[in-house]
Amino acid sequence: MKKCLVVDDSSVIRKVARRILEDIGFEIIEAEDGQKALDACKASMPDAVLLDWNMPVMDGLEFLAKLREEEGGDEPIVVFCTTENDVAHITKAIRAGANEYIMKPFDREILSAKFQEVGLV
Amino acid sequence: MTSEYDFLKKFLKSRSGLVLSDEKQYLVESRLLPVARRNNLNGLSELILAISKAGSMSLQSDVVEAMTTNESFFFRDKRPFESFRNVMLPHLLDARKTRRSARIWCAAASTGQEPYSLSMYLKEEKAKVGTFRFEIIGTDISTEVLEKARTGIYSQFEVQRGLPIQMLLKYFSQQGELWQMAPEIRAMVQWRKLNLLENFSHLGEFDIIFCRNVLIYFDQQTKIDVLNRIYRQLPDDGFLVLGAAETVVGLTDGFEPYPELRGVYRKKKTATQPLNSRSKLSNTGRAPAQALVGGSRL
Repeated sequence: MKKCLVVDDSSVIRKVARRILEDIGFEIIEAEDGQKALDACKASMPDAVLLDWNMPVMDGLEFLAKLREEEGGDEPIVVFCTTENDVAHITKAIRAGANEYIMKPFDREILSAKFQEVGLV
Repeated sequence: MTSEYDFLKKFLKSRSGLVLSDEKQYLVESRLLPVARRNNLNGLSELILAISKAGSMSLQSDVVEAMTTNESFFFRDKRPFESFRNVMLPHLLDARKTRRSARIWCAAASTGQEPYSLSMYLKEEKAKVGTFRFEIIGTDISTEVLEKARTGIYSQFEVQRGLPIQMLLKYFSQQGELWQMAPEIRAMVQWRKLNLLENFSHLGEFDIIFCRNVLIYFDQQTKIDVLNRIYRQLPDDGFLVLGAAETVVGLTDGFEPYPELRGVYRKKKTATQPLNSRSKLSNTGRAPAQALVGGSRL
């Protein structure tokens, strides 16, 4: 089973994402900020990361940069999932190594479609 | 309500070919109550009464449009677009290399995502396409969706269904919460209002016809009729693309599935057709009447 790390400071969003991703066959790990997400990745690299941008302690962009420097950190497919919905933010995320980008609010259809887009489903 | 519902069923069938099954009754309320409200009519009964009267042309088309409009998204089902890019496009670039042009028809283009998806792929392949000219025509029964298709403006939800983020950045410009298709992509598609029940021979011959997710709303006889008329607008090496839940099986033996490409059909080679009269007729480019077969569940 593929493993997906869901990183968001909102427990509601994590719960919603978990439900959808479990339905399409993922094992879910959760983290509430970038630092905890990084620790989780160091312990065991996931196949995918669903990543919020604005979070306390360490934000999504900083996490992504650090993840990509880790050994094996270029492996996970990273899908941003954030309320930041302008071209500048999207471009920044893609340049930093994100594979896909979801603008909140999202629904089941968008999340599954994006995961398909990057070959995860 | 029953006789009103029956009237509405007949009305929609004759005007658009739409077959309203009883389990689709919920659609009637969700789609027609807003139309009633906009026209200051009190509920469905008044709306149905109003369209039954002479001189209610514009209200009648509002009702047809509301009932026949379907949600669409970019690169819907993915596979047909991959087939377009990997098989149909290379075939046409080679087979039409003298003429250097080809024509594509999206027969139920709705809000435009399908023809625009094809246009984006043509841009992606511009190294191969070069100066070869593709004419893309998008038609739909609804003026309202065509208007939206023409502007190429989509909501944040719409641009996230099926469209890779890289393509969003490359081919759209942001306007607040909305995204607009780039002018050079919009310029690649022409829009026409068209009811598939009516004659469409004036559109001319097409090398590829996308007719996806519209036949499913028609009854058997209408499907056969539309497919036979489509047959006459395709050259012998043309491609017909149907929706994931659609097939020609049991409707016509003029077409056969294209090997290895799900949802794609081609004309059957005349030589393999058993009836003499058929091959004679095929030479004139007309669909043989004998191509019709009945009895499908679809």
